[in-house]
Amino acid sequence: METWLAVAQFATLALAIALIYRPLGDFMAHTFTSAKHLKVERGLYRVVGVAPDSEQSWGAYLRGVLAFSLIGVLLVYLIQRLQAVLPYSLGFPAIPEGLSFNTAVSFVTNTNWQSYSPDVTMGYTVQLIGLAVQNFVSAGVGLAVAIALIRGFSRRSTGTLGNFWVDLTRGTFRVLLPLSFIAAIVLIAGGVIQNFSGFTDVTTLTGGTQSIPGGPVASQEAIKLLGNNGGGFFNVNSAHPFENPTPWTDLFEIVLMLAIPFSLPRTFGTMVGDKRQGYAVLAAMGTIFVVSLAALTTFEIIGAGTGPMAAGGALEGKEQRFGVAASALFGSTSTLTSTGAVNSMHDSFTSLGGMMTMFNMMLGEIAPGGIGAGLYGMLVIAIITVFIAGLLVGRTPEYLGKKIGPREIKLASLYILTTPVLVLLGTALSFAIPAVRADVEGTSIWNPGLHGFSEVLYAFTSAANNNGSAFAGITANTPWFNTALGVAMLLGRFIPIVFVLALAGSLAAQGRIPVTAGTLPTHRPQFVGLLVGVVVIVVALTYFPVLALGPLAEGLQ
Amino acid sequence: MAPTRGFARPYWVALRYMIVATVTLGIVFPLAVLGVGQLVLPAQANGSMVTDADGTVVGSSLIGQSFTDDDGNALPEWFQSRPSAAGYDAAASVGSNYGPENPDFLAEIDARKAAISELEGVPVADIPVDALTTSGSGLDPHISPAYALLQVPRVAEARGLEESQVHDLVESFIQGRDLGYLGEPTVDVLRLNIALAAL
Repeated sequence: METWLAVAQFATLALAIALIYRPLGDFMAHTFTSAKHLKVERGLYRVVGVAPDSEQSWGAYLRGVLAFSLIGVLLVYLIQRLQAVLPYSLGFPAIPEGLSFNTAVSFVTNTNWQSYSPDVTMGYTVQLIGLAVQNFVSAGVGLAVAIALIRGFSRRSTGTLGNFWVDLTRGTFRVLLPLSFIAAIVLIAGGVIQNFSGFTDVTTLTGGTQSIPGGPVASQEAIKLLGNNGGGFFNVNSAHPFENPTPWTDLFEIVLMLAIPFSLPRTFGTMVGDKRQGYAVLAAMGTIFVVSLAALTTFEIIGAGTGPMAAGGALEGKEQRFGVAASALFGSTSTLTSTGAVNSMHDSFTSLGGMMTMFNMMLGEIAPGGIGAGLYGMLVIAIITVFIAGLLVGRTPEYLGKKIGPREIKLASLYILTTPVLVLLGTALSFAIPAVRADVEGTSIWNPGLHGFSEVLYAFTSAANNNGSAFAGITANTPWFNTALGVAMLLGRFIPIVFVLALAGSLAAQGRIPVTAGTLPTHRPQFVGLLVGVVVIVVALTYFPVLALGPLAEGLQ
Repeated sequence: MAPTRGFARPYWVALRYMIVATVTLGIVFPLAVLGVGQLVLPAQANGSMVTDADGTVVGSSLIGQSFTDDDGNALPEWFQSRPSAAGYDAAASVGSNYGPENPDFLAEIDARKAAISELEGVPVADIPVDALTTSGSGLDPHISPAYALLQVPRVAEARGLEESQVHDLVESFIQGRDLGYLGEPTVDVLRLNIALAAL
């Protein structure tokens, strides 16, 4: 019974994505290739001082990304430090330095890790003009970088990749803003709140008092999911009934998380002039998604472990209206994209179920991954795949008519090494430095034993991959975690972007080599299988030992 | 228009861009959503508040409440909500975050089993899982139909009502799955208790 309900809800989701794939993917392709600027966009470019028709080299494009993100971090930091004097702050004081740094980095890097509990920390103004603005533009940055990489493949013998400011503007204002507006209204219809009422004190039925929160939630909820941000207006995120009131809003929120990442392969296929290439990437993403979802759902329905078996099911940390299957689908989606929103507490998942959420992030968030970042991550893996295939048959590898030479392979290799180094180093340092270890074990870890180790591993996995979800029992608002996770988020976001844009530049500079009988076709099931294989093998070999120390050991007890 | 080059230039562009983005995305957008929400869907946008028989606002149909005394003991004349890590403090949502093997978690399950078994006079094996576990939000407004029906005899007795009358009331508050297959069947405890008080 439970299994069939899970299958039916997945079928509905798959149908929704199938219906969205072509129109949204083609719309985005058109958005980023059109030569026309809207009138308001011309106004914007004049105000900010950008010549929209000037093309940028990969270096200039990158300098735009970095400058924009640095200014973003400084502004969000400043806004939090000034909270005490801002209007609509609900009486909350200024955010302390360490937490302000962590939060500013977190929202600019599209991570939305929250070391704080928003219910008791963030007033409306900080959430609106600090955090929610970054929810839009950090997603816009991810989208822009992916488009730049696509242009690397689609262009020939050129030194330029487009204009960052134009791509940022079109992604943010033509794609994200209108979709967010519609989504916000739909969410309100389901019961998500949108007001500025502060707290309403009511006398409950039994004569007690309850402080019911208000807030501009729907507008933030829509972009939180659509932009794969994931930072909740409330502490418990999409488990909160005011963020996610019903089973159908839950499925709607899942569709929002997946809409753009799963449509981007279409944008890619359309822009490189071969839609089959888009379908191949989609197939690889979809295959991993389905297998991972099936595993997580199975683990949660079985409900192994002492606690779940004593209670009669894995319902700790899950809402009655969602139940096990919808919680598993939400958790899978959130960690396979880079969203990090939760409708149930991952810390309370079964050991192996919780491991799957970690494993999903460790895959590099490419099935389908975060907005833009999922596609560029998958294309980097595709480059590694054609390289491995080329070694097997002894041919110079090529992908989409571009030669994959030493420079491309170096950049792709550095890309896939970055996040594992951050995850493993961060986790190791948390236990290797004696003073830090004492603090981590004494203050931060919530659950004893192996599960406590998993909380730390989860935190660094989430931060370095820019996911933002947590084994939320951990107390991360400490100097060590605010700093170390902040650094992991920054490096985990921008070092890969440097490699991707360098790669895009080097691909765009090439001509196009003609397809011959010896060319490996990259649109057939054979290639999809190779691609999935490379993803799994690279990740499994990298992370298996550390998983064996935490969730795997706990699950096999 | 000068081309975008020079070391400092992108920072200057970025600063001006962020000011425009803050006004449009941080102020105009949420106000537009606020306007439409308050005009077209005011009940939902303001928290789906519910009133008792006298018309007094007693809470939100989406936010759970506790029906216990100050020491946390169940008041027998009310249907009980799920256990909550937040104590149904709507201003501070939180889950327990207990891992599956946490000894504190196991102890709490055992304590709940004993308490519910005694309160309802049922064997431990009959207690549904939602009665033994805390929700993710700590504010779960719902319980399963099984847990609601389990409480019928005790509530009827405490209120001196016919069991069949209370049973029928619960049946009328059972909400099926969305579209017949999304999520789980639920009973909204606050709305059920409001109707119960009006019997």
